[in-house]
Formats: sequence, C-alpha cells, structure tokens
Amino acid sequence: MDRLLFLLATGLARGAIFALFALALVLIWRAARVVNFAQGAMAVVATYVAFAVTGLTGSYWIGLASALVAGGLMGLIVERGVMRFATHASPLSGVIIAIGVVMVLQSLLGIAFGPNARPMEAPFPETPIVLGGVPVLSPYDLFVLVVAIGLMGVLALLFTRTSLGLQLRASAFAPEVSRLLGVRVARMVTAGWVLASAVGALAALLLVPTELGLNPHSADLLFVSAFTVAVVGGLDSPPGALIGGLVVGVLISLVTGYLGATVAPIAVLGLLVAVLLVRPGGLFAATEARTA
Amino acid sequence: MSADAQEPRTAGPLTTSIRASGSANGRAGARRPTPRLLVTALVLTLVAIGATFLLDPYRNYQFALIAATFCATAGLTLLIGLTGQLSLGHAALMAAGGYGYALASNALTDAGVDGVPRFVVSLAAAVAASALLGLLLGLAAARLKGPYLSGVTLVLVIALPAFTSVFSGVFRGDQGVQIAYDGVPEALRTLIAVEQWQAWVAILVAAAVVTWLAVLRNGPAGLGMRAVRDDETSARLQGVRAGRVKVLAFTASSIAAGAGGAVLCFVTQSVSPGAYTLAFSLLLVVAVVIGGLGSLLGAFLGSIVIVMLPWVIQTATGALDLSADAAQRLTGNLPVLVFGVLLIVVTAAWPGGIRGVLPKRMPRRGASATPSAVVPAPDNVPELDSAPAPAPEPRTSSAAEPIPTTTER
Repeated sequence: MDRLLFLLATGLARGAIFALFALALVLIWRAARVVNFAQGAMAVVATYVAFAVTGLTGSYWIGLASALVAGGLMGLIVERGVMRFATHASPLSGVIIAIGVVMVLQSLLGIAFGPNARPMEAPFPETPIVLGGVPVLSPYDLFVLVVAIGLMGVLALLFTRTSLGLQLRASAFAPEVSRLLGVRVARMVTAGWVLASAVGALAALLLVPTELGLNPHSADLLFVSAFTVAVVGGLDSPPGALIGGLVVGVLISLVTGYLGATVAPIAVLGLLVAVLLVRPGGLFAATEARTA
Repeated sequence: MSADAQEPRTAGPLTTSIRASGSANGRAGARRPTPRLLVTALVLTLVAIGATFLLDPYRNYQFALIAATFCATAGLTLLIGLTGQLSLGHAALMAAGGYGYALASNALTDAGVDGVPRFVVSLAAAVAASALLGLLLGLAAARLKGPYLSGVTLVLVIALPAFTSVFSGVFRGDQGVQIAYDGVPEALRTLIAVEQWQAWVAILVAAAVVTWLAVLRNGPAGLGMRAVRDDETSARLQGVRAGRVKVLAFTASSIAAGAGGAVLCFVTQSVSPGAYTLAFSLLLVVAVVIGGLGSLLGAFLGSIVIVMLPWVIQTATGALDLSADAAQRLTGNLPVLVFGVLLIVVTAAWPGGIRGVLPKRMPRRGASATPSAVVPAPDNVPELDSAPAPAPEPRTSSAAEPIPTTTER
C-alpha cells in the first residue's frame, strides 16, 4: 500500500513533465499542423545550454532561464530556417524534415560532447519526504509539480485572456480569415513554435535530473511518452494533454515499480495502440477535429 | 516541378481509369506487361551475380548488405510513395524477419536439417513472422493517418529492446540469437568464396522480393494504392476498398522488410536488438527519401548510400590524424549528420531524390510515366482535416476538394 502511494505520487510528478512536453507538441500541432518529431532533440540542446550555464555561473536558476531562452531560440531557428520549407508540401514532408533535424542535432551534440551521460544536479533533494510513516514525494518532485502546473496556468491565461493568445488561436483555426482581419499568421506560427520549444525545453530540463544523466538521447523516451500523451489526449486538446500526461505518468510509474523498467516501453506501446484503435483521434478530441 | 509533369496529379483521371478497368477485364491498370518486367528482372539479377566475380570478398560482403537493405527499402519506398503511409519502424519489421529466420533455423538445425532446405524453410518462417506483425500494424495503420502512424511505428522500434529482454527466454535479450554457419554448397565450393555465396543468396532473395513488389505496383493493387493516396474519398466512391488496400500495402511492405532481415541474419549469423535501432530505422527512411519516394531504382541507390557512406567516412576519419576519442565521436556521428542534412535538403529542395534527376525511361504509352519521382504526395493528399490549408495549388483544387465527413470514423 505504501509502495502504491509512493508510485502514484511519483507518477503524478513524472506525468506533469510528460504533460508539459505533450503540451508543447499540441501547441505546434495547433499552430502549424505538424507533429514536431524534433521536439526531443531541440529540448536536449536547450538542456545542454542550461547545463553549461549552470556549470559556469553555479546557479540553477540562471541555467533554467537560459534553457527557456535557448529553447525559444531553437524554435525560431528550426521554424524559420527549416520547417518553413515543409509547410506547403504533404503532411509527410514535415515529419521527414523534423527527422532530419533530429539526426543533425543529435549527431552535432554527439560530436561536441561525446556519448557519455553527464550527471545533472537537482536544485532540491530527491529523497522522498515521509508523511505519517509513508514515503511520498521528494521536494524535487513537488517543485516539478508546482512549476508544471504553474506554467500550464500561465499558458491558459495567455491563450484565453490576452490579445496575443487570441491571435494565436485565430491563426491556428482559420488562417485565411485571420489574415484578412490583419493577423500576421506567419508570425503567429513562429510565435507558436518559440513558445512550444521553450515549454519543451523546460520539460526536458525538469526530467533529466531524475534520470541517469544528460546525453544526446536523453529525451528520446520523453518524446515517445509525450507523443503517446498527446495522442491519448487528442493532438488538438491542451486539457487532453494534461489528463493524458497524468494517466501515462502514473501508468509508467506503476509498470516500472511492479514489473520493472524494461516493460515500460511495451506498456506505452500497448496504451497507444489501444487508444488509437478505439478512438483514432484521441480520447478528448472533438470528432470533427480529427485531422491527420 | 518536374515531377508534376510526369503523372496526372488530380484524382480524376486515375479513378476514372479504375472504373474503366473494372468494367473491362480488371487488368487494364497494369502499366507494363509482366513478362517484360520479368525479363528485365532476370537480366538485372544475372548482371548483379556476374558483378560479384569482379569484387573482392569484403566488397561482396558489402554487396550482400546492400541487397538485404534493398529488400527493406524497396518495401518502404512503395509504402510511402504509393500509399503515403510513413513508417518509421521498418527496422522492427526487419527484426521480426531476422528473429523468425534465426529461431526457425536453430529449430531446424536441432532437427538435423541443414543446407538449402534449412534456408528456404527459415526464410518462409521469416516472411510469416514479418507478415503477421505487418498485418497487425497494417490493421492499425488503415485507421491512422500521417503523424499517428509514424508515431506508432516509432514507438514500436523503441520498444523492440524491451520486447527482447522481457521475452529473453526466446529472444535472448540484448545479446540476440546466434545461428549456425551456412557454408558454400558442395558443388560450388571450388568456384566461389563464402562472401560471394552470401552475396548470391542476398541478390536472389532481393530480386525475388523486388520483382514481386514491382508486379504488385504495376498491377491493379498498385493502382488502388495510388488512388487511395491521391484522394481517399474519391477512391472509395469508385469502389476501391481503401482499408483493405492500405492493409495490403503495409503487409507487403513488411514482408519485404522481413525478407531483408532474414538475409541480414543469414549473412551475419546473428540477430540482436542492437542491430535494429531507431537510428537504423531512420536510415531506411533516409535511403528511400534521397533515392526518390516510390522508385525502386531510387531505393537501390539509397541503399548503396546508407551502407557505403558510413564506411567511406570511417575510412576517411581513419586516414586523418585524430585522437582515439575524437575519431570515435566522428565515426559514430558524422554519417548521421550527413544523412540528416541530406534528408532536409532533399525533402525541401529536391523532392524527386536521386531518381528525379536521372534520365527517365521513354514513356511507353500516353499516361504511363513512371511513378518514380513522385513526391510523397505534396499537394495531392488533400488535408482532409486540417484547418483551411494554406492555399492549395489551383491544379488540384477541383478533385481535391475535401469532403471531411466521409472519411471520418
């Protein structure tokens, strides 16, 4: 019972990270109708930046800020520099170009830093707090939950309460009409990419200290889990990403705790196939939103 | 774009011809008489086998690897080029074939069977294993589109090591399954070395697989696939069973990949999850993209590139005077970097790939241009779902007007 409680709590913290990363996928999907397969690699680049900055300045928080900035820059560069060429082509060409970006970024990181994992320090202790004799969450997990939920709240406010959010939503849903009404749609697409990449970078930065360490492939599994989250939630639905993230996080935590870490990818695959076979558009997507 | 000129892009003429072929004899869709294709295949196979006499053993070994890779890329290029389904998990399908081959081969060895019968039965087992996995995936694929299918196949290939460790009693975990060594048959032993024999086997399997794929592509099944790719709604209205066509395409493609995996297992005498990583899976995609989607010749050229380029780079960095650490980093990552750049540049700027810039075959009959240089389907897969797609090019407009509700479900 204690163990179950602990696994559930850890799963929620992990799920919050998945939800953040999935939210980044959803943002780009809504802005540009592309599933950004390069999200993981882009986030790892930003995490390397944070790692270097933290190493230089000794401050985790400056590192965190630099990861957000680097993530946003990556989004800008990838969207303006590469993905722009894919937009008018088929849905496949976006995926193929994103895969090219993954290969380029990961190999560059591999050449620059080598394949070895570098340990990354968490800013808070990772040993669980014991509540009434039951180990529950570690302070770091708590920090992760607070940051993730806080950021999602900020994004929700941005999208529903500000002029920028209105323009972002308008250009995602009706680019032609928005253009006629004076919204600079191309700029909004770029803004969506920048925002999403920064969020993705933050998710990777939060995840890495709980894993073995930082290497060029650190975010591969994160991407896979987050893709599953986005599909479970429906690629069009930010609340779906949140709920899907918690579901997948708890599932992975339980499977890892009771059956071992090797089984986790199989559980993710099983969940993904089951959801897609039952509801190909995702559990939370409106029927007419089914697109790709 | 040169590709546009070669094939009618609108769904109209294509689907019309399906209807015509249905009322005639069902074979009017074939674009090139099968006997002629078989003769071409036979000649090319003989040329390839003749070429093995000119190569040294290591080159023959690489030739065998290229032929094995060619099986998989040929299946993948038809899948992407003809139906627009992007699979990132063909390495997992190759692994299914490899494991099927290895397990059957070991069972037969224990039963005292060896030589050619063992190879043939094991190959059949490999094909059966990959066909089964492909069928299951294909059933899912028929309901999915674009990024969803890519994602599922991506997760599959990432989960492959997990499968082999969870069922390590059968698959032997990370270390994989080893098989007995297959020597040169008695009759040929004085004539050829073992590498050359392996190259022969690889060439023969690749020839059989690719010829079968070419027949499939040129026949009514291929016509149905292109119709579904161009406009699924319109194809359904013409009586094409879209779901069945997609499942068939995926299954055929995974059989080809499985045969490739079996040949790789035959050549290297082992199969392990380490050989079928995500990186290898993406290399297969690189091969078909730079070769030109939908083109079998392009898939062959792409296979040569992905087998030879890493070796070339390794040789080149070996010649440079580098520290061991730097050399190791470069050999592992430089090919991936080059392939990534190629993938982006080719997709963005040069969508026909290598095949697109080679001279075209003389057109045989009016509308029967090769499907080779066809881009995945830039403008001809109408974006059924998406929010108002940014201005579709005028020429597709009438036929590609999406009727979203019919394809929902």
